[in-house]
Amino acid sequence: MTLVAEPDYGTPAVTSPSSATVTIDGRSITVPAGTSVLRAASEAGVDVPRLCATDSLKAFGSCRLCVVEIEGVKGTPASCTSLCTDGMVVHTRSEAVDQVRHGVMELYLSDHRADCPGCARGNCEIQALAVQVGVGEVRYGLGASHLDQTPDESNPYFAYDPAACIVCSRCVRACGEIQGTFALTVDGRGFASRITPGGTDFLSSECVSCGACVQACPTDALTEKRVVELGMPTRAVDTTCAYCGVGCSFRAEVTGPADDPSVVRMMPAKAGGANEGHSCVKGRFAFGYAAHADRQLRPMVRDTIDDPWRVVSWEEAIGRVASGFSAIQAEHGVGSIGGISSSRCTNEEVYVVQKMVRAAFGNNNVDTCARVCHSPTGYGLNHAFGTSAGTQDFASVDRCDVLLLIGANPTDAHPVFGSRMKRALRRGAKIIVADPRRIDLVRSPHVEATHHLPVRPGTNVALVNALAHVIVTEGLHDAQFIAQRCENGEDYLAFIAAPEHSPEATEAVTGIPAADLRAAARLYATAPNAAIYYGLGVTEHSQGSTMVMGMANLAMITGNLGREGVGVNPLRGQNNVQGSCDMGSFPHELPGYRHVSRADVRNIYESLWGVSIQPTPGLRIPNMFDAAIGGSFKGLFVHGEDIAQSDPNTAHVEAALRAMDLVVVQDLFLNETARFAHVFLPGTSFLEKDGTFTNAERRINRVRPVMPSRVGRDEWQIVCEIATAMGYPMGYAAPSQIMDEIAATTPTFAGVSFARLDAEGSMQWPVNDAAPHGTPTMHIGEFVRGKGALTPTVYVPTTERTSRRYPLLLTTGRILSQYNVGAQTRRTANSTWHPRDVLEIHPSDAELRGITTGDVVELASRIGATSLTAQVSERMQPGVVYTTFHHPVTGANVVTTENSDWATNCPEYKVTAVQVSVRTHAARAAYDQARDDSEAGAREEVSVR
Amino acid sequence: MPGSSAAPPTAPPASRADRVRALATDRLTLRGPLLPILHAVMDEFGWIAEEDLPIIADVLNLSRADVHGVVTFYHDFRRTPPPAHRVQICRGEACQAVGAQGLYEAATDRFADDTTIEVAEVFCLGNCALGPSGTIDGHLLGRLTLDRIDAAAAGWSR
Repeated sequence: MTLVAEPDYGTPAVTSPSSATVTIDGRSITVPAGTSVLRAASEAGVDVPRLCATDSLKAFGSCRLCVVEIEGVKGTPASCTSLCTDGMVVHTRSEAVDQVRHGVMELYLSDHRADCPGCARGNCEIQALAVQVGVGEVRYGLGASHLDQTPDESNPYFAYDPAACIVCSRCVRACGEIQGTFALTVDGRGFASRITPGGTDFLSSECVSCGACVQACPTDALTEKRVVELGMPTRAVDTTCAYCGVGCSFRAEVTGPADDPSVVRMMPAKAGGANEGHSCVKGRFAFGYAAHADRQLRPMVRDTIDDPWRVVSWEEAIGRVASGFSAIQAEHGVGSIGGISSSRCTNEEVYVVQKMVRAAFGNNNVDTCARVCHSPTGYGLNHAFGTSAGTQDFASVDRCDVLLLIGANPTDAHPVFGSRMKRALRRGAKIIVADPRRIDLVRSPHVEATHHLPVRPGTNVALVNALAHVIVTEGLHDAQFIAQRCENGEDYLAFIAAPEHSPEATEAVTGIPAADLRAAARLYATAPNAAIYYGLGVTEHSQGSTMVMGMANLAMITGNLGREGVGVNPLRGQNNVQGSCDMGSFPHELPGYRHVSRADVRNIYESLWGVSIQPTPGLRIPNMFDAAIGGSFKGLFVHGEDIAQSDPNTAHVEAALRAMDLVVVQDLFLNETARFAHVFLPGTSFLEKDGTFTNAERRINRVRPVMPSRVGRDEWQIVCEIATAMGYPMGYAAPSQIMDEIAATTPTFAGVSFARLDAEGSMQWPVNDAAPHGTPTMHIGEFVRGKGALTPTVYVPTTERTSRRYPLLLTTGRILSQYNVGAQTRRTANSTWHPRDVLEIHPSDAELRGITTGDVVELASRIGATSLTAQVSERMQPGVVYTTFHHPVTGANVVTTENSDWATNCPEYKVTAVQVSVRTHAARAAYDQARDDSEAGAREEVSVR
Repeated sequence: MPGSSAAPPTAPPASRADRVRALATDRLTLRGPLLPILHAVMDEFGWIAEEDLPIIADVLNLSRADVHGVVTFYHDFRRTPPPAHRVQICRGEACQAVGAQGLYEAATDRFADDTTIEVAEVFCLGNCALGPSGTIDGHLLGRLTLDRIDAAAAGWSR
């Protein structure tokens, strides 16, 4: 139950070409045919009491409170399961109706605590409904009840109290219909019926802790522990989640004084364009890091990285940064410093960081952490279509017949969209999964992929070429679309038809049986609407950009672009990776993906900013590292990114950081990179930020401050102060002014302002005169660049190959409960589920090495070695091992190589040749000790608020 | 939580697990295969073990909770190994009218300490004219008395 009652119409909205006009309590209302009487009544403003009905779930008809009388129908049918027919006359109140409701309510109350804490709190609807139905006292004496049943407190975030449960099945249905996990059921029958997560407790069940059941529960049976602890929230702020690129809209519900409130819970907003009222375990529950004791709230400086930190004033810290950077530039030249922006920060913060670099530093040495994730998406899609972004909105998947999912694991990494995909699959859409692992979408309860193509890491381009080859050589391509909307069609078709691209020829490379690949290609090509979804399993390769173009080719030759249900859709890893790229934080691009060599674009900013902008691209992140080791790059501003943990080849990164004279880190925590920093500037969490995030579907969502900055300043202000102290005055009265500057200078954002976002909820860029409300689907009728560019995509094997010494391929990814380097999620109870990184290994590879689940193994590559706990798993294919990178103790990037995408330098995280071996006893003891220490630390962290 | 680092549940004895998987797989193409599968497991083992549920769930691509809900809905799907002998006494209205309640209480009492004999209720065996009705080890009996149950029990080597 929520704090602010969003209107609940009882059953979902129906779309229908025909309509029905009904009369409810004398009011006439016209609704789409198939609408329930309950919904029609709600729309007509007639409140019908109900317990088991909510408009996010299909009608169920179990609580018997919503009964009505319908003229010509016998008895008192439930209004939730009765559908409107033209001319129907409904009475929601009558003697008979009141009697039924009264009797039913008495029965509920006879098994409900008179002193129900939920009712007292306002988190349980029973007693309020009893008043509405007019039940004062209960006629039944003390009989059997469920009031002595004990709660299940196993989940760290919510508890299940069977004594308060009325078995309305809202939770069971929410788990199935919305989340798609089906972890809940009704145990037993009759009076003995109880809700159960499959006969065990919540923590050890199939539950993924998304919280949909808690949100759906009309009583106090499923309640957030923080509501019990802190009481009901007293006010709410609409904002946007700061985890993955789905960008869910939330209402942050808080209590306490305005200058120091506590977040009670995060409630996903029904009106949220990306999530439509759903959430995952991270967004809903894992916000405790913002109030964690590890948060650094004061600026700190030190002379060398071996000195202890010294807390200083903001003025001193900013002065130190400015004078340090200026001194380096005086000695080593304008190009000797640079900055890295963060995809975790707002568009406005990112914009001022790149502006500081370009205007105050006077160079183009700005790069962003998208470098290491989706830079090939920007390059490849811009090359093919003219826009560095996905082509659809999330809702598009509802109209999709065949999904081709490549190198992404949405149910773990983009869970809310993963649930939406599962809904599409349960509706009847088919899915082809190309992934080295058997991820959940290959097969999990109620969904099963039609084809799983277990592609060998590093061979994606061979895979996509083979798919295109089958389509073209079997004549399944859309010749008309190619002729009308694409260029270079003949060359491409000739290229791809060559026999070396056939699935039979590529089978030995990709490991995918030719027959499976042919069947998958036919399925994709012949679907009315087929859509490609992909993640970092595509981009983080030496041919990442080539693969993005290959997928664009695939969509173009089948005409799967420019309408709903189709397209090429990157699943962005971070909340604002789309936005940080849009904001010009690449060294070669000004905001809006316009190259720095374009004088017309430079002129816009030069005249506004009053400086001259260098016409040549600056250094990329890996170039900065190389230049630092080479001695020409001496100062770095790292904004909210932990490069020492997240970037490949950790030893190389650390050497680069050590070689610099001034490393400035701005972050919430003293992260791994901060070990090499000279100035630490405390940052703000998303709960303190005012600005916008742009999600994977180009949706610009507002981020609103739930509490004032805990560090005394906003991050954009700090950046402005550094620039000003370096001699370039920069300042804004409010972040809305930064967006106004972005809109004034960037055509795709022309119509964006905080005021308009506040009015519309969210908008998908481009927002301009042609599309004043934004653009959900791109490239309708014509590509942004005119004709779509079909590009021959030659497969070039990566130089990272297996050998006798390194016979296995390591690939990396994320897990549901943790997020990236874990700086946030490790500081929440989410670590309950994933306390350490594990190495997944196929049973045959494990057996060969004498490895069993739980063994500590050494993972060694040509670059480095680390230790991990093994998990033998049939999800893996032989020859491929997998790990996550959420815990610094793991050091997964100690082993990853310096290979990178040819076009964008995006690191090849997904392919590293490794060997895995059981550790010796001595090493194991040391590892266990280190792990115990770190876990003890983690436990302490969790208990601190 | 799936995908978490928790170790997989301990495997049941290989033979039973394989057999349950086979029973489930053989019935996969039936319309509504879950009930026939559960009946087949009951027929072969006399009960449905906790460890059988994930196997059946996996074969049918259901959640473990889905299967749990169905199994617990029906009393006759046993969740524990059956006792050596089983006495069922009808508690339906017709039998109730001719002393079934007393018989049930007496029989329950008599074998309360005997783990090899289970006395259970059943609701109507369709033998209403001859109540109290019951079954002993599956055989239908009318005009059931405690003596007749004792007589049967006397023949069971205990």
